[in-house]
Amino acid sequence: MSHAFYIYTSYGIAGIVTLCLIAWTVLDGRARRRELAALEASSLRRRSAAAAETQKP
Amino acid sequence: MTESLAITKFSDLANPTRFLALAARILPWLAAVTAALFAVGLYLAFTTQGDYQQGDTVRIMYVHVPAAWLSMMCYSVMALSAIGTLVWRHPLADVSHKAAAPLGAAFTLIALVTGSLWGRPMWGTWWVWDARLTSVFVLFLMYLGIIALNRAMDDPSRAARLSAVLILVGFVNIPIIKFSVNWWNTLHQPASVIRLGGPTIDGEFLRPLLVMALAFTLLFFTLHIMAIRNEIWRRRVATQRRMAARLAGRES
Repeated sequence: MSHAFYIYTSYGIAGIVTLCLIAWTVLDGRARRRELAALEASSLRRRSAAAAETQKP
Repeated sequence: MTESLAITKFSDLANPTRFLALAARILPWLAAVTAALFAVGLYLAFTTQGDYQQGDTVRIMYVHVPAAWLSMMCYSVMALSAIGTLVWRHPLADVSHKAAAPLGAAFTLIALVTGSLWGRPMWGTWWVWDARLTSVFVLFLMYLGIIALNRAMDDPSRAARLSAVLILVGFVNIPIIKFSVNWWNTLHQPASVIRLGGPTIDGEFLRPLLVMALAFTLLFFTLHIMAIRNEIWRRRVATQRRMAARLAGRES
C-alpha cells in the first residue's frame, strides 16, 4: 500500500479519538448512575418518584 | 389532528423522564446498528480500489469527509437547540447543546488531523491558511469556547442562555465553511458529493464513503443521546444534593 504511514496514522488517530469519546461518555454515565444510586440509598428521592410510590396500591 | 398528535409526541419527548425511558429503549439498537455499519464501512474502505492519481491515500477520505460533515451537522444541531433555549426556554434544549459541544469538538479535531495527514502527501504541506482550513479551525475554536463558557458558570440555565447566543452568532461560520471552496481560491478541492448536478466521484469511492458517513452520523446520535442522559442525571444529582443540604440545615 502506498503512503501507508499517512493512511494508518489517519485511521489510528480517528479510532483513538472516537474510542476516547465513547469511553468518556460511558464512564460519565456510570459515575452519574452511581451517584444517583447512593442518593437513593440515603433515602433522598425525587418528589415525583416518591409520589408515584405512595399512589401504588 | 395529525399535527396535534405530532406536537403531543414531541412534548412527550421533551419531558426529561420520558426522554430517559425512550433513551434506555433505543440506545442498545442504535449502538448495534452503528457498530455493524462501521464494520461494513471499514471493510469497504480497505477493500475497494485506490484512485488512479491519489493512490491509496483516497482511503483517508472515508474518515476525513464524514468527520468534516459531522463537525458541521453537530453545530447545526446545537444551533437548533440554542433556538429551543432562547425561544421556548426548554431545559432539554439547554442540555442538548451542552452535551453536543464536546462531540462536535472531537469530530472537528478528527477532520483537521486527517486532513493534514492527507494534505502532506497530496499537496506537499501539512497545513495552509486557506479559507476552508482556516474556517474549520475557527469552528474548532468555537467549540472549545462554548465548552469553556458552559463550564465557567455554576447556574446551568444562565450558562445555557449565554452559550445559546454564542452558538447562534457562531452559526455564520457554517455557510462560510461550506461555500469557502467556491467563494475563494483554495488549495482544498470544491464539493464533489453534496453539490447541484449530483456527485462527481465514482461509485467505487462513493459506496464506502456513504456507509462510513452513515456510521459516523449514527455514532453521533448514539453519543448525543447518551450525553444528554448523563447531563439530566448530573442535574438531578445536583438538585438532590441541594435538597439534602437544605434539609440538613433545617434539622440543625
